[in-house]
Amino acid sequence: MEQAASNKATPMNASADHNDALFRYLLRLGDTSHILCHRLGEWCGHGPIMEEDIALTNVALDLIGQARLFYQYAAEVEGKGRTEDDLAFLRPERDFNNLLLVEQPNGDYAKTMARQFLFDAWNLLLFRALEQSTDARIAEIAAKAVKEITYHRRHSSGWVIRMGDGTEESRTRIVAAFEQLMGFTAEFFHMDDVDRQMAEAGIGPDLETLRAPWMADVEAVLAEATLDWPSATWSVLGGRHEGRHTEHLGYLLAEMQSMQRQYPGLNW
Amino acid sequence: MTTRKEWPLWEVFIRSRDGLHHKHAGSLHAPDAELAIQNARDLYTRRSEGVSIWVVPSAQITASEPADKDSLFDPAASKVYRHPTFYTIPEEVTNI
Amino acid sequence: MAGVEKPELVTAADEAALEVAFQARVDAETRIEPRDWMPEKYRKFMVRQISQHAHSEYVGMLPEGNWITRAPTLRRKAALLAKIQDEAGHAAYLYSAAETLGTSRDQMLEDLHSGKAKYSSIFNYPTLTWADIGTIGWLVDGAAIVNQVALCRTSYGPYARAMVRICKEESFHQRQGFEIITTLAHGAPEQKAMAQDALNRWWWPALMMFGPHDADSPNSEIAFKWKVKRQSNDDLRQRFVDMTVPQADYLGLTVPDPDLKWNGETGQYDFGAIDWEEFWRVVKGDGLCNRDRLDARRSAHEDGAWVREAALAHAAKKRATKSAA
Ligand SMILES: [Fe+2]
Ligand SMILES: [Fe+2]
Repeated sequence: MEQAASNKATPMNASADHNDALFRYLLRLGDTSHILCHRLGEWCGHGPIMEEDIALTNVALDLIGQARLFYQYAAEVEGKGRTEDDLAFLRPERDFNNLLLVEQPNGDYAKTMARQFLFDAWNLLLFRALEQSTDARIAEIAAKAVKEITYHRRHSSGWVIRMGDGTEESRTRIVAAFEQLMGFTAEFFHMDDVDRQMAEAGIGPDLETLRAPWMADVEAVLAEATLDWPSATWSVLGGRHEGRHTEHLGYLLAEMQSMQRQYPGLNW
Repeated sequence: MTTRKEWPLWEVFIRSRDGLHHKHAGSLHAPDAELAIQNARDLYTRRSEGVSIWVVPSAQITASEPADKDSLFDPAASKVYRHPTFYTIPEEVTNI
Repeated sequence: MAGVEKPELVTAADEAALEVAFQARVDAETRIEPRDWMPEKYRKFMVRQISQHAHSEYVGMLPEGNWITRAPTLRRKAALLAKIQDEAGHAAYLYSAAETLGTSRDQMLEDLHSGKAKYSSIFNYPTLTWADIGTIGWLVDGAAIVNQVALCRTSYGPYARAMVRICKEESFHQRQGFEIITTLAHGAPEQKAMAQDALNRWWWPALMMFGPHDADSPNSEIAFKWKVKRQSNDDLRQRFVDMTVPQADYLGLTVPDPDLKWNGETGQYDFGAIDWEEFWRVVKGDGLCNRDRLDARRSAHEDGAWVREAALAHAAKKRATKSAA
């Protein structure tokens, strides 16, 4: 503290403000990973073939691992004695800051894979940037996660290609899936004050810089899948910054948080 | 068999550590080699059992006939001179 | 390896000689491998047993999957996901082992979906509370381990090898279940009640997992002869009871059997009569979840058909362009 005070560039309220921004930034990362893990968990036992059950569950396990590391760090940064589980299971919907994309229902396997690929392609770029974070803890989490996400992207892009360049039916389904989902990707690149503050501190990237490489990656995979860029022009924002969600998240949370809500304060 | 729509079978070989041979781990279904590798990774290396994977379409494997077992493998049994223990070395000689 | 070639034409006398040689190999503890000659009855028996085992692993994902989205903590959610994923893996190992006998996985799944093939009836019971997840790991995986350890030396090589791998993975399943139950049993009164309720509902079905008394089990004799099985259903059940009762004592939970008591003479627990009528009722369809389980498996398979076809179609296109190039 004394050091910080003597370092006149960072007065106390600025550092509190920084901590708050960092906390919120970490929650965005944790929520996004956890909500997507949850959706993938819904597939477990219901996948198109048992090999895919195993593959998707592996992705879900990587995501929950990442979510836990971010929630644990967030809890420490907040310093109010909350735990990872408090953050995951006891915050209301409006406090959740996951990407809208990942809360979208699974739909068919095409929609799940389209959602996954759009996300993985972006997430890989994000985490590669986070590997360079000035925050050592985030850089460490990202270094581990990049390997996992590289694999996720390989798996989901492979499926987009198989479906696009597969049968008539698979093509129709994957085209429909991208049309339904593309509008949620606007959130990938939209910055608010928290994002800007993190970017200025070198903790996270300027999200706008991810846009070109993301588009290039998605375009390349769509091309291999013999698909055109989706024609849908709509786009929405709200989840990651303001906790304004689609109606799907409320039900997801009602289910996910049911035990902790029904039996407050118990250990499990 | 009612349909021919099943994904083909692949045999999976895993190198558990660098320096060791690949060893047959089992089989799985996959539509192509790429997914066979991915599925093998998820199915057979969930507990860090491997550092390298080979996949081979099961249909591509030629195996010896069990009926030929005697003619293929028994003749080696009598060639005891291939084993070091066949040779007598004086006890006082060491390092050999 | 898969790929079973058409057997050459053999005369009845040849066949009898082959069968004697086969039995001699079994008696000498030599494992039977896929391409070895085996009696058709043995092949059928093994396909039936291994596929039934595979179906149990596969269907067994469903009752626990029922709680993935409601797991009360992140740590529990991760463990449960990993556990259920293992069960999918077990199903995959076992279907592969059965496939080496010349029956395709699709054929086996068809038999499951049509109701022709059975799976362990324990999975027709519902998971109603979080304590059921702990109890399944503790009792159901516990019972499965007792059965499966006995199968690690079964006469068919691929089945025995699958069992060795599965047994290695199972131990975490039982431990994660026991940890859940310990937390509940040592927790708040409502948690303890939840744990007791789960034990009350799962205890008897878990004992039924070992199958009918050997005297009432038509396949037992041949299974012993072929060394598919080496211990009787009742012996394995007894071992499970002897292992598990002290664990329940440690937890402070009551095993729902008024006749259960330690027998100093035999050095074992005596326990009450199993309600075999209930067992057969559930096997034959009158469990709470039989229809849900089969519906879930069927619709996953049917809804996934276009996915599997797309992947095949894509692979065929790739091969075509490759060979054209
Ligand atoms: Fe299992
Ligand atoms: Fe298990």
